[in-house]
Amino acid sequence: MIDSIVLHDLTLGYDGHPAVHHLSGVFEGGSMTAVIGPNGSGKSTLLKGLTGMLHPLGGRIERGSLRTSQFAYLPQQAEIDHSFPITVLDTVALGLWHRLGMFGGMKKEQWQQARQALAAVGLEGFDRRAIGNLSVGQFQRVLFARLLLQDCPVILLDEPFTSIDARTTVDLLDVIQRWHAESRTIIVVLHNLEQVRSSFPRTLMLAREPIGWGDTAEILTPENLQKARRMSEAWDESAEVCRISEL
Amino acid sequence: MNYLFNLFLAPFQDFIFMRHALVACMALALGCGPVGVLLVLKRMSLVGDALSHAVLPGVAVGFLISGLSLYAMTLGGIVAGLAVALVAGAVARFTLLREDASFAAIYLMSLAMGVLIVSLRGSNIDLIHVLFGTILAVDDADLVLVASITCVTLFTLAIIYRPLIVECFDPGYLRSVGGWGAAMHFIFLILVVLNLVAGFRALGTLMAVGLMMLPAASSRFWAREAWSMALVAVVIAMLSGYTGLLLSYHVNLPSGPSIILTAGLYYIFSVIFGVHGSIYSRRKIGLHLGG
Repeated sequence: MIDSIVLHDLTLGYDGHPAVHHLSGVFEGGSMTAVIGPNGSGKSTLLKGLTGMLHPLGGRIERGSLRTSQFAYLPQQAEIDHSFPITVLDTVALGLWHRLGMFGGMKKEQWQQARQALAAVGLEGFDRRAIGNLSVGQFQRVLFARLLLQDCPVILLDEPFTSIDARTTVDLLDVIQRWHAESRTIIVVLHNLEQVRSSFPRTLMLAREPIGWGDTAEILTPENLQKARRMSEAWDESAEVCRISEL
Repeated sequence: MNYLFNLFLAPFQDFIFMRHALVACMALALGCGPVGVLLVLKRMSLVGDALSHAVLPGVAVGFLISGLSLYAMTLGGIVAGLAVALVAGAVARFTLLREDASFAAIYLMSLAMGVLIVSLRGSNIDLIHVLFGTILAVDDADLVLVASITCVTLFTLAIIYRPLIVECFDPGYLRSVGGWGAAMHFIFLILVVLNLVAGFRALGTLMAVGLMMLPAASSRFWAREAWSMALVAVVIAMLSGYTGLLLSYHVNLPSGPSIILTAGLYYIFSVIFGVHGSIYSRRKIGLHLGG
């Protein structure tokens, strides 16, 4: 069983400006949670905080026996250079970094694993293609294949389906379901409420401060959605000043 | 047959300085090829240019202290190059200025200082030697230095190849798996400085970067993976060295600019006729789509 991730009064932000406020709660081990909320509500910031790349301004994250290197993370706008001369298979093989480290060589069966991961996301035979020739959807499949190889107990995805075609979205949601069946802890930032309702048992609704955290059916109520919208409109004028004085 | 022999081989058979120059070019090509390719892939081509200028004051101080001494000038060049890389890197990291701007600012200061120091002592001839190199006076000590730097470069690249490539391609991923992005970046900058210093005796501080950048930029049109690009770049750099030396011998031109201009010709050829993404290949694809 995977340890739960517990947030204690967590505040995260940049340059002293908080983006996530006083968030407390638990991501149960093996749970599958959608994080939703208006733009600028701190969803991406929360994921970055969970990976350990962003240090809390206040409060803390309790990861149990999990190390941050066991958190696989797919950022929203990966800083990937799409014109870089690298093949699809090499890109996928990077998922084995934890086992190979910086210097270890790839064994034959590890290349085989990489090929299997590629097949699992529906890109069989794309091994030698340059990544520059892939469509947006195909490239997202490649990144999912890399996540498959990373084989981490915790998987964090930041809006993985934005500007991705419907067919790819269905296939990749399928991959996420398989991870859920293997009882990994999965946390996904999403915009599409239909996807949340149909596939995600748990939901965290954020608007800088938590609005609701629990079973999806109980969180996705018209009142909560209304509240989130109101809060997001209210920030623009007064946000930064009062928040900093709180810290 | 005899004519061809005289054209392509005789200069190297007859003159030891031509053989020295050729070996120096081959060794430089081996190191500069892969380093240049990584500079291109990291989108740091102009940083390489800036560093090549930045090496000058160090070389000049060495020159001021002990005349045209190989070791003093080399050491000075390495120290100055690393200092500029460090300061520019620090400015970029800790202020709002980006890396390209901070490199430009510091290398301009460095270049001006270098020219000033050289002009304090010595005639203009010496200045021209330092700026543009004297490949035809490359001696055994120079060759040992160039070969050593090439060996260090190739071994280091072989060891840090993977994190270096990932740092170019997907820095966010390297961070998320806890890789040593900043350390790799710095080791790489050291390699750039070392190779520029290796090139300065043969090609001069201003021309050294040419053998790094032109073949690397050309290689993008012929290869689709980083390692094969590096191979292509090495071959182009070697060819440029060879043909450039021949040109300089037969037409009686200065060797440094001849070599770099030859590399420039290969670059223009690649831009027009290369296999991947060149003018010609794009046009061909366009015709297919049109038809």
